[in-house]
Amino acid sequence: MDYVIAALVGCFVALGIYMLLSRSLIRMLLGIIVLGNGVNLLIFTAGRLTREIAPIVPRGLDTPAGAIANPLPQALILTAIVIGFAMFCFLLVLAYRTYQALDADNTDTMRVAEPEHAPNPPLSY
Amino acid sequence: MGPDIDASIALVAIAPFVAAALAPLIHRFTKPLSGWVLALVPAAIFVFLVTLIEPVLATGAIPARIGWVPAYGLDLSFFIDGLSLTFALTISGIGTLIVIYSGAYLAGHPHLGRFLAFLLAFMGAMLGLVLADNMLGLFVFWELTAITSFLLIGFDAVRAAARRGAIQALVITNIGGMALLAGVILVQQLTGTWELSELRGMEDAVRGHGLYGLVLACFIIAAFTKSAQFPLHFWLPNAMEAPTPVSAFLHSATMVQAGVYLLARATPWLGGTVAWTTILVCFGGVTLIWGALGSLRQTDLKQMLAQSTIASLGLLVLLIGLGTQTAIAGMVIYFVAHALYKAGLFMVVGAIDHEAGTREITALGGLSGKMPVTFAAAILAGLSMFGLPPAIAFFAKEEMYLNLLSPHWQDLSVLAVLIAGNALLAAVGALVVIKPFLGPAMPTPKSAHEASVGLLAGPVILGLAGIATALLVGWFGHTVLEPAATAILNEPVESHLTWAIDFTKPVVWLSVATWVLAGLVYRYATTIRTLLRRFETRLGWTADTVFDAVMFGLIRFSGSVTRVLHHGRLELYLVTVFSLMALALMVPLFALGGINALLPTAELGNWAAQLRWPHLAPYEWGVIILALAGLGAIVAAPNRLYSILALGVQGTAVALIFLLFGAPDLAFTQLMVEILSVVILALVMTRLNLDERDHRPFEDWARDGTLALVCGAGVSLLLMVVLSGTLDTRLSDFFIATSVPIAHGANIVNVILVDFRGFDTLGEISVLMAAGISIMVLLRSRRAPVAVGSPVPPAPIAPKIKPEPTQPARAAAAPSAKSTVKGRAKPAPKKPAPKKPAPKKPASEKQAPKSPSSVA
Amino acid sequence: MNTVIFRTIAPLIVSTMLVFSVYVCLRGHNEPGGGFIGGLIAASAIAVLGMASSAAEVRRALRFDPLSIAGFGVLLAGSSGMLSIFNGNPFLTSIWLYLDIAGSVVPLSTPMLFDIGVYLVVFGTLASVVLALESEDGENL
Repeated sequence: MDYVIAALVGCFVALGIYMLLSRSLIRMLLGIIVLGNGVNLLIFTAGRLTREIAPIVPRGLDTPAGAIANPLPQALILTAIVIGFAMFCFLLVLAYRTYQALDADNTDTMRVAEPEHAPNPPLSY
Repeated sequence: MGPDIDASIALVAIAPFVAAALAPLIHRFTKPLSGWVLALVPAAIFVFLVTLIEPVLATGAIPARIGWVPAYGLDLSFFIDGLSLTFALTISGIGTLIVIYSGAYLAGHPHLGRFLAFLLAFMGAMLGLVLADNMLGLFVFWELTAITSFLLIGFDAVRAAARRGAIQALVITNIGGMALLAGVILVQQLTGTWELSELRGMEDAVRGHGLYGLVLACFIIAAFTKSAQFPLHFWLPNAMEAPTPVSAFLHSATMVQAGVYLLARATPWLGGTVAWTTILVCFGGVTLIWGALGSLRQTDLKQMLAQSTIASLGLLVLLIGLGTQTAIAGMVIYFVAHALYKAGLFMVVGAIDHEAGTREITALGGLSGKMPVTFAAAILAGLSMFGLPPAIAFFAKEEMYLNLLSPHWQDLSVLAVLIAGNALLAAVGALVVIKPFLGPAMPTPKSAHEASVGLLAGPVILGLAGIATALLVGWFGHTVLEPAATAILNEPVESHLTWAIDFTKPVVWLSVATWVLAGLVYRYATTIRTLLRRFETRLGWTADTVFDAVMFGLIRFSGSVTRVLHHGRLELYLVTVFSLMALALMVPLFALGGINALLPTAELGNWAAQLRWPHLAPYEWGVIILALAGLGAIVAAPNRLYSILALGVQGTAVALIFLLFGAPDLAFTQLMVEILSVVILALVMTRLNLDERDHRPFEDWARDGTLALVCGAGVSLLLMVVLSGTLDTRLSDFFIATSVPIAHGANIVNVILVDFRGFDTLGEISVLMAAGISIMVLLRSRRAPVAVGSPVPPAPIAPKIKPEPTQPARAAAAPSAKSTVKGRAKPAPKKPAPKKPAPKKPASEKQAPKSPSSVA
Repeated sequence: MNTVIFRTIAPLIVSTMLVFSVYVCLRGHNEPGGGFIGGLIAASAIAVLGMASSAAEVRRALRFDPLSIAGFGVLLAGSSGMLSIFNGNPFLTSIWLYLDIAGSVVPLSTPMLFDIGVYLVVFGTLASVVLALESEDGENL
């Protein structure tokens, strides 16, 4: 089953990258979410999959009786999800403000920082 | 020597820096006298160094060592022998006078405090340079002199010429600095020591090694750039844009002599070979003649002195190259004499400039009556430059001519060059001393009058010193010449300086010949100048123009490179990034054989076993299909609402995968995040008027698709390779085993988050908080003051939008009502009218007055 | 979205979600849950309330600026780690206190305070973002 999920991770990454390469800001945002999910699944799968046994120690025991899911990737991913979401919010708002300021959601037309015909650097001291 | 002396010697190099740091503050309290007050620091250093003369004479050298970076075995080690003491005395002695002079020269200048700080910092660097024993320390101080001199040359930064001179000096001398670093490291590799004092006696390790040529080249480049040897001499005249005290200090007696010092220091283990002698003598000789002729070409007194300094540096390098006892003795005497008279003459010229308002030699004359003391100081210095007997320079000339009268053509040609160079320099000296003061009085921009004490103290004392050392020449030979020459040659040198001049010796007549030649040059100075200028115009280009061409070429080159790399098209940046990612994934997998782990081996059944196909339950297949369907729907969605919904679907599928594989925490979190994402996206999307579909031309579609597929396949394969290996579970096992016993928590994931890795989580929630603040700032900042009206900004707008970014920045920095109101009132008139007004403008105008804190 | 049904039911849903979020947060140490999830649930509750009424109303109901709540959360989490200094232990070493109240043992600990801090940060940050986006342009932010 690990290999099936691995293939699925590839699909997530491929789709995320495809969306990121779009020129529309909102599609790029969707791409970032998908790519983020893909990466989370990647970490999750790399820590090996264990079915349905949560990393929780049963009451009364000091250590779990049998094999349990690997808790380490889960801890990593948990914060990654939340921070990824905050990042997504930030990008969304940034895109929103950019849209308001530039009246454009196509990255090709956003050339304020790097204008198409930038002046040459000054030749003086 | 005990730790006391160690500390005091280190203090010599450090005290000027401390004084520099305090200089602006001190200047504030001692305004008219700050030059005199701050001169106490170099004066104290000078006095301290004088007390070291006796010990150095007795022991030969005083080492001092202070721990610097003990962990790396780096010590700040100093080393005082005859050579470094001579240089250090010159630096601190002349430095004292220069600080006094600067106080008078720049009296009332608003940045005098800063200037004195730079000057003192430079002095510290220079003292450190000549006292350093550790070669890395030498390098650090070497670079510090370059930086401080950059600050000093560019002190008057509002003038383009000053900026150019500063940059030129920095660039050229830093090339040398890099060469020095390379050379120093090479020497350490060859000999195994960083200490200059230990290198003596290791000459075989350096000279005999196959890399000797490289080491020699590195040191020679370093010395030639710093000491302005032809063809790297051109930065020195341009450095004369500095205020005159800087020229008098840096560009006569100290910084430019650093290269000479380096060569002298390296003589015992680097010198004495044919290559060394040939290179130094040839380049020194050319520099001597070139500089002297260049000096005659000038009419600006300061430029004349600058060019003559180049000539003198060439002379010193030539003498070091010769390397005989007499040549080295001549070099030491000439170094002292030159430092005394050149600094004095620079100060005299500064005084003339200060009082008369011009430095053009053709516009000056007859000042002797108005500035008698200045004239006297000039004569004292001029005697030295002319090399007349009551000045120490006379002996320098005698020494250098000595032993060159031999039947070898090399010696004779060197002698000819020396006589010609000395004659030309003497003529320049005569011109500088006589022309402005004698002859018919000329009208000057300012009505000239005698300079102040501060301006005159330096040249008078230096001039008198030049005479006094000559009168006490026996003592001078014993206390300065002998230890310094001994240090350079690493063999005992006897001074035979005496006033008993034997007129039967031919050397004396060589001096006379020099004077006669100088007189002739002086007589026909104007003609020579015209000829030289004609030659220069015929030549058409100078080293300066080459330098400019190189610099501008570099700027143009970097500009074009920047334009290629920063083309400003986001999707191409991303294509670059993901192409590299594809390479990084695929190359290790296929080229380096990473994929082998997955290939079916001898037992063919392996594939199926690895895939574990039947182990997936039907509901698990369902979840995977749900995820794939969500993904497909995002791309295929006919409008944005569908794509948001599809996003939710794939997110939910991910959450279900987490749930199925034993991660309920993750599943919950993922689910909540998906819900919130969909809500927020829906909130924002409804306000944007976006293109519904993805319009990609076919070739873009193909490119992006291929790239995405390659990356996706690469990640999949990589993950599969990882899965085929074994997992290191030590960390997880630790957490599982200790979660309940130590951390008293049954939910191991949560325990990791809040206890085991609590510090990480603290950082993460801080990031979350910061993201929240940034989002609020973005949202609360007033509607951006429409930077560009049209979707495609035409290039000419660029300058117009330049001043605008301050507005959002300010609004973003302080999103308070005050700035909102201010921001609203201010930009209205100066804002360029947008071609297409933003759609919701009135709404935001309405909002500002309603802001709760706007009443404040 | 402002149907009567939704507006009527919303407060009920929201109050349930908020209580549930606190429960999830507190039980997190031993059962699935924790500060991150609790905070997300509470933020969702705020989002629902914001849709049902208005952002301004929610803000009034919250009394504190959500971003200040987040700031307090960081402070709480950070200072819970500071407590161990009084023990002479390194930063963020946990301290446990078992209170015996009327027969049942109530464990109190610095990781719990830390988790509450996490809860507040997640809740405050996301709530402030959601509210800011929900509020119309003309409203006070």
